[in-house]
Amino acid sequence: MTQDIQMGNAGSDPQPNRWRYFSFSTDHKVIGIQYMVTSFIFFLIAGLFSMLMRAELLTPELNLLSRPLYNGLFTLHGTMMIFLWIIPCLVGLANYLVPLMIGARDMAFPRLNAIAFWLIPPTGIFLLSSFLLPSGTAQAGWWSYPPVSIQNPSGHLFNGELFWILSVALLGISSIMGGVNFVTTIVRLRAPGMTYFRMPIFVWTVLSAQLLQLFCLPSLTGAAILLFFDLAFGTSFFDPFKEGSPVLYQHLFWFYSHPAVYVMVLPALGIFSEIIPAFSRNPLFGYISVALASFGIAIVSIFVWVHHMFASGTPGWMRMLFMFTTMLVAVPTGVKVFAWTATIWKGKLHMETPMLFALAGIIMFLFGGITGVMLGSVPFDLHVNNTYFVVGHFHYIVFNTITMAIYAAMYFWFPKITGRMYAEGWGKIHFVLTFIGANLTFFPMHPLGLQGMVRRVSSYNPQYQELNIVASLGGFLLGISTLPFIVNIVASWLQGRPAPNNPWHATGLEWTVSSPPPVENFEEIPIVTLPPYSYGHDQLAADTPTQK
Amino acid sequence: MQKILNTLLLAVFIAVLLVTSRWVGHQAYSWMPTQGTAEAQKVDDLFSFLVAVGTFIFLGIVGLIMYSVLLYRVPKGDFSDGSPSRGNVKLEIVWTIVPVLFVMWIATQSYKIYQEIDIQGLTPIVHLHIPMADEPANAATEPTDVNTRAKPVALEVMVMAKQWSWAFRYPGNITSTELHLPVNETVRLKLQSQDVLHGFYVPEFRIKQDIIPNRTLNFTLTPLRVGKYRLRDSQFSGTYFPLMEADVYVESSDAYNQWLTASASQQPSPAKNSAFSEHTLGAVRGWPTIVPAQPPIVNQP
Repeated sequence: MTQDIQMGNAGSDPQPNRWRYFSFSTDHKVIGIQYMVTSFIFFLIAGLFSMLMRAELLTPELNLLSRPLYNGLFTLHGTMMIFLWIIPCLVGLANYLVPLMIGARDMAFPRLNAIAFWLIPPTGIFLLSSFLLPSGTAQAGWWSYPPVSIQNPSGHLFNGELFWILSVALLGISSIMGGVNFVTTIVRLRAPGMTYFRMPIFVWTVLSAQLLQLFCLPSLTGAAILLFFDLAFGTSFFDPFKEGSPVLYQHLFWFYSHPAVYVMVLPALGIFSEIIPAFSRNPLFGYISVALASFGIAIVSIFVWVHHMFASGTPGWMRMLFMFTTMLVAVPTGVKVFAWTATIWKGKLHMETPMLFALAGIIMFLFGGITGVMLGSVPFDLHVNNTYFVVGHFHYIVFNTITMAIYAAMYFWFPKITGRMYAEGWGKIHFVLTFIGANLTFFPMHPLGLQGMVRRVSSYNPQYQELNIVASLGGFLLGISTLPFIVNIVASWLQGRPAPNNPWHATGLEWTVSSPPPVENFEEIPIVTLPPYSYGHDQLAADTPTQK
Repeated sequence: MQKILNTLLLAVFIAVLLVTSRWVGHQAYSWMPTQGTAEAQKVDDLFSFLVAVGTFIFLGIVGLIMYSVLLYRVPKGDFSDGSPSRGNVKLEIVWTIVPVLFVMWIATQSYKIYQEIDIQGLTPIVHLHIPMADEPANAATEPTDVNTRAKPVALEVMVMAKQWSWAFRYPGNITSTELHLPVNETVRLKLQSQDVLHGFYVPEFRIKQDIIPNRTLNFTLTPLRVGKYRLRDSQFSGTYFPLMEADVYVESSDAYNQWLTASASQQPSPAKNSAFSEHTLGAVRGWPTIVPAQPPIVNQP
């Protein structure tokens, strides 16, 4: 902790070869940046789709888009936000950070890592290219429930739904490659002394999320393949009129797609667990219970998928069983929230941009968690199932929690990744706009759902208009809020003040190397002797060779 | 002295939380649509309870966080560390067990209410249909019934959904595109779909059920309030999904019977259907879509 003032060595890398970001690099840091930048572009595109939808919803009547286009937009919005933004962006962040955090020189399989990434841009473009097909894009929503998804009104073999299925399958393959790589890396490549219970929580959350991928993703891939057969070859796995079962598809789909939410949210909780201690100057309170809670969340999340199907043809006992398991998720999640609250308690708080995003993310996560438990309650769910209440709830998780966490992480590790400081003032403007925009957009969806407004409608009953206008204005504000972020990141990357190795005085191996880190990460593989988050242990830290 | 003050402060904080969450819980009733059924009252009681518990937890934790944010900030550049405390096993056990108790409490309340609503019957329903070799191939297309525990009901109405229209068949084979229900009587709806998944949802009734093609799902409710409501398809069913609505009339027994008799005397004719007219009358906009099914032919369009 004494190297604080040491300046970064942005100067020692006078001519950074920017072309390496466009090449088949096997450096986990380059791949990490490739993932994050690519996924951010898809985020902007899918965000634009949502703004078009919000524009349509300004008035009750249909007047801006055609119905098929509206249905295509929400289908691609959901699919892209999940499979081309949040998942790959967090994989990118983990790609960059995990080897540095555990004291490794790279991922276990660098070439596989690069292949996993390079599947993503072409698949994303392929999915988007379905806009040009005569059939248009897939229009059955991101769940792609049969029989609607296999109706294929265009009659063409090459239709949007087919493109959707292939894209999801390809992105699944990429995710499995990533899962194998992360699990192997974390299990095998930890530096000497980096025991499991010395790993930063972010690494714990990545490990549990990637194990979930390996365990659950095959179910989605299987469902996608069967759906492909039904669509393209007229088989009847899910066709109710030919002995198939559309409800079976729902089980297979949610067996992955519910855990997928935890694949996304766990690393976000990991990010909070890194940032909160650093900006409170306190060790993470109850580290071991937080680490185990990550695994707890992952395990429980495998047994909750039926809560998406309470209104389907599910028998009472199944509804009750899954109601209970769903609510159980609140326990390990609660442990985490309490731990962060206790970490902040009587700390020495610094309210820089990463901390603002993290704290706001935690508060909105709490809100989304509470509405999640409500939704787990079957009788209440039967009222709001498939209404805007659900849309509001999960956007409080996927945007107001996870995307806030991603922003927090981008600011927090920006100095490490680029070797430059971002502009704090612009960061705060970005935070304020995002926070207001997010709540303006997604909060009104809860009362709308309670009042009975169903999701996935391109026109609606006039009684819902006022709140829809608020949500739409919020949505446009969210669109605008990305501008200060983009300007800040681009300008700071090019011309920002050089960053020291450890601008936040944070613990963790990634802060012991230069900013940006050298290609090999560590000149010498460090030996770890301390538990993580050793804030308040200055003296101890100064004495150990690992922390230099 | 300091300790007493802290305890007092905590007690006041909790008292304020309790009062506030109780108040918000009461407010929750007004966030819901009017209560149209016996079931709706129970769901709203549960919702009010969930909101009260949720408010308590949300404001409690946010209060603690905001307290820290407001009181424990340090000037920029002061990187001295806080307290080196790494945890407190007792506290951690408490905050694991307390949520478990909360979950038990909420789950029990929800279970009780679900039993009272009893949509499909809580007993495990095993409906085995093993096609026999000598059975005709279409035997399996016969409707299967999820509800084996028949509740005594005054009326059974068949609900027929297709892309994108609703039709209802009343006793005596009388059909209509309007759902008429006598007030204060328990009704069983038999839900059927001809093509894709649909969902039966009247917000004022609070309960919802997906309709699965080639199956008949039973669904009982007791309307308590005379009025006109709107039935919505609640499971995405394709292009014209937003147009798939129908009027629901809850009326006195007399009015219901009168309407039924009047309908019986009418010759079946095609009903008006907004999806069908939007598709045929309006210029077809955008990508190809499934053509809406012919409007249902009913006694009372």
